[in-house]
Amino acid sequence: MTTTQPDPEWPLYEVFIRSKRGLNHVHVGSLHAPDAEMALLHARDVYTRRNEGVSIWVAKSADITASSPLEKDPLFAPSGDKVYRHPTFYDIPSNVPHM
Amino acid sequence: MQVDQAPLEEAFEATIAANDRIEPRDWMPEHYRQTLIRQVAQHAHSEIIGMQPEGNWITRAPSLRRKAVLLAKVQDEAGHGLYLYSATETLGVSRDELTRRLISGKQKYSSIFNYPTLTYADVGTIGWLVDGAAICNQVPLCRTSYGPYGRAMIRICKEESFHQRQGYELLMTMMRGTDEQRAMVQESVDRFWWPALMMFGPPDGDSPNTAQSMAWGIKRHTNDELRQRFVDMSMPQAEALGVTFPDPELKWNEERGSYDYGEPDWEEFWHVVKGNGPCNTQRVAHRKAAYDDGAWVREAASAAAARNEAEASQARVEQAPRPSLRGSDGRVETR
Ligand SMILES: [Fe+2]
Ligand SMILES: [Fe+2]
Repeated sequence: MTTTQPDPEWPLYEVFIRSKRGLNHVHVGSLHAPDAEMALLHARDVYTRRNEGVSIWVAKSADITASSPLEKDPLFAPSGDKVYRHPTFYDIPSNVPHM
Repeated sequence: MQVDQAPLEEAFEATIAANDRIEPRDWMPEHYRQTLIRQVAQHAHSEIIGMQPEGNWITRAPSLRRKAVLLAKVQDEAGHGLYLYSATETLGVSRDELTRRLISGKQKYSSIFNYPTLTYADVGTIGWLVDGAAICNQVPLCRTSYGPYGRAMIRICKEESFHQRQGYELLMTMMRGTDEQRAMVQESVDRFWWPALMMFGPPDGDSPNTAQSMAWGIKRHTNDELRQRFVDMSMPQAEALGVTFPDPELKWNEERGSYDYGEPDWEEFWHVVKGNGPCNTQRVAHRKAAYDDGAWVREAASAAAARNEAEASQARVEQAPRPSLRGSDGRVETR
């Protein structure tokens, strides 16, 4: 029964869980599975043994495009100098209500 | 092209100094990466091998309730192993490679799992003392400097409390039973106390990697600090349970505000670490057998996935609009 040649490894899936209605799916970890359907079943067993989720997403890790940490500064620079996007940038007299 | 590493190293050191987390795609010193791979993989292997001593009793649980509890506990340990393998993989080592390193003995697991479980009381003692020691170790690791490791630890710690409490409750139930049952509990505690203390690793003086691991924020406390914390936590629990620990030197030290305790037998510790404990061979052989015996399941799952994929792509071909059905305006005729 033992195979001499190691089997090719199953693809890695990233797992995202919505912990309850009204919340976003959040990344919780990864697992290997032969296909997406099995990945969902494994994700249920590995990541939701105590009702941690009402919905699961799985996506092949290889399909995720990520920004590079090295270009972090230039990538996020456009928002760095736009303080006027924050409400605290504007002075409103304290006697103006509900603002 | 030669990449200048100085700014990368500076950024890494600054992240560590700010008590911030290192994430998988960040640059990190090779030594940091290797240290983490060793530690997290060893931790993952411990969870996986740790299923065996208790799993041994699942078919012989004394009641359906105890059986359901033990099954859930052992299944959690499998989950812990998987969270940690998932974290290890982010460091650039494959899952299969990790399994191979465990089976070939290249990577270790906690020496505690090389001791046998001789009675059902051991299930209780392991939950109380072994999971208790693991909790002591793991709670500070939730703040470890490597993000995926810390996040895995947070998930694990949430589940460990159940492990410790079910064990302690089991022992309490036995202590309310017959003299024979009380003796079983004491005998079990006597066997596991010293190995549990050894779970924190060698004394600080013999732990050459600790300083670097602490500088990098991988470890947050030394072995001896954690061991002391565990002794202090366990003493009142033993008193409440009505058992003693097999250490004549154990006594409250008013000055230190801690319990003094005797020195574990470090020769025995190294003996077990080097592979000569009572169950080392059996544990690894069992893991290998489980892997080999599971080959047909993996093959069947791969075959099912391939067939489903073939059927799905066949269906896509059949459903694709045929050119002859396309009208001159490009719309597909629906019938
Ligand atoms: Fe665990
Ligand atoms: Fe546990």
